[in-house]
Amino acid sequence: MKLSSKQIAALKVIVFILCLVPLAYLGWGLWQDMLGANPIENLIRSLGRWTLKFLLITLSITPLRRLTGMNALLRFRRMLGLFCFFYAVLHWSVYLGLDQSFNWVAIAKDIVKRPFITMGMLTFTMLLPLAITSTNGMMRRMGARNWQALHRAVYVIGICAVLHFWWMVKLDTTWPKIYALILTLLLGMRLAWRLRLAKG
Amino acid sequence: IKIPGVRPSTYSTTEKPNKYEHITTYNNFYEFGTEKTDPAERASRMRIRPWTVTIEGLVKKPKLIGIDDIMKLAPLEERIYRLRCVEGWSMVIPWVGYPLSALLKQVEPLGSAKYVQFESSYQPDTMEGGGIFGRPVLNWPYVEGLRLDEAMHPLTIVGVGLYGELLQKQNGAPVRVVVPWKYGFKSAKSIVKIRFVEQEPPTSWNRANSREYGFYSNVNPEVDHPRWSQATERRLGELLKRKTLMFNGYGEQVASMYKGMDLRKYY
Repeated sequence: MKLSSKQIAALKVIVFILCLVPLAYLGWGLWQDMLGANPIENLIRSLGRWTLKFLLITLSITPLRRLTGMNALLRFRRMLGLFCFFYAVLHWSVYLGLDQSFNWVAIAKDIVKRPFITMGMLTFTMLLPLAITSTNGMMRRMGARNWQALHRAVYVIGICAVLHFWWMVKLDTTWPKIYALILTLLLGMRLAWRLRLAKG
Repeated sequence: IKIPGVRPSTYSTTEKPNKYEHITTYNNFYEFGTEKTDPAERASRMRIRPWTVTIEGLVKKPKLIGIDDIMKLAPLEERIYRLRCVEGWSMVIPWVGYPLSALLKQVEPLGSAKYVQFESSYQPDTMEGGGIFGRPVLNWPYVEGLRLDEAMHPLTIVGVGLYGELLQKQNGAPVRVVVPWKYGFKSAKSIVKIRFVEQEPPTSWNRANSREYGFYSNVNPEVDHPRWSQATERRLGELLKRKTLMFNGYGEQVASMYKGMDLRKYY
């Protein structure tokens, strides 16, 4: 199936709106007091999970393209990656503002004391350069090779993000394991293809 | 169902209780799952009648008491207590109950009894807390424990109600323990067995992770959980965090029990 550029543009608008649905849902829940007894915790965790979901969706573009041969998928990757960053910024802001009330001493202590916060901050910091260099202009200025090398950091970011989630959980690691499994699959496919390429 | 004849208590805090709706939908009751909303959604099948509590161990008169007798054992009081969870949030809850000591005295503990162990009900067919991969998150049945003096302390109550009504299943119906100066998990829900013992009992969370969950688990802003600070807490319903109080604000009544103890060591 080949899509015209018009169709792709229309699809992009649809995907863009879809990507905003989780935010709208949470905003509505907050407005209507439907986020339960601890809305701030609910908000932070939901935004965190959506960040992770968008990260995994972004990482699935390349394998999906290889499996289906649909090159048009690539046209959506940047938008999905930026939505991952968008939800990461919201997740991070709600933590700093609503959870910690911008109490920088408490935040600094939290970063030192709690490995999962340390890991979260690290993950967020690593996302920043990728978001900044996501424009065509930056890509041109950096050169394709450098740009690609930098953006491979997303593999490490994926691992760090799952660890951040895993270490946050008190006891029941079911969901972090599910995310870890999907991530392993997505990265494993790349590795397998690369090894086969190297061999043959 | 309103419980008749509940009297106010001088041990109650004057702080504003959390909403009934929040107290009954934001629970940690891992037998039903690890999400806060799981117990309210999944506890309905738990059988709470008939219900008996066995009181045994180092006692003169071991006993099996039915829930109706437990309800009538002592005058019911409303005890509005702060509840501080080890996870860093807190609530104010209007419990209905009476001092645990009234129940414990029934069996005449022996001098050799130093600790009291509480065992929660475990109903594998009505509790589906195994998570998706089916592995139990804690060793069931849930076991908690207190030192004898802690168990006999007037602040420690047997809880049978909430907001003047019978306890909801997700809050530990039909009968539970409430120890307001300790982290919430020390207050065992839906208890079926009380055992007087000589040695410190092995408790569920302590066995799951002894470094993070000590036997005493007194609320203490100066002793951090290994993974987070305990200096502040979010009172549900409030935007800003508040400072956590030593012994959850009950120091005046309970601090003397821990005189001379290093609370960093006995966390």
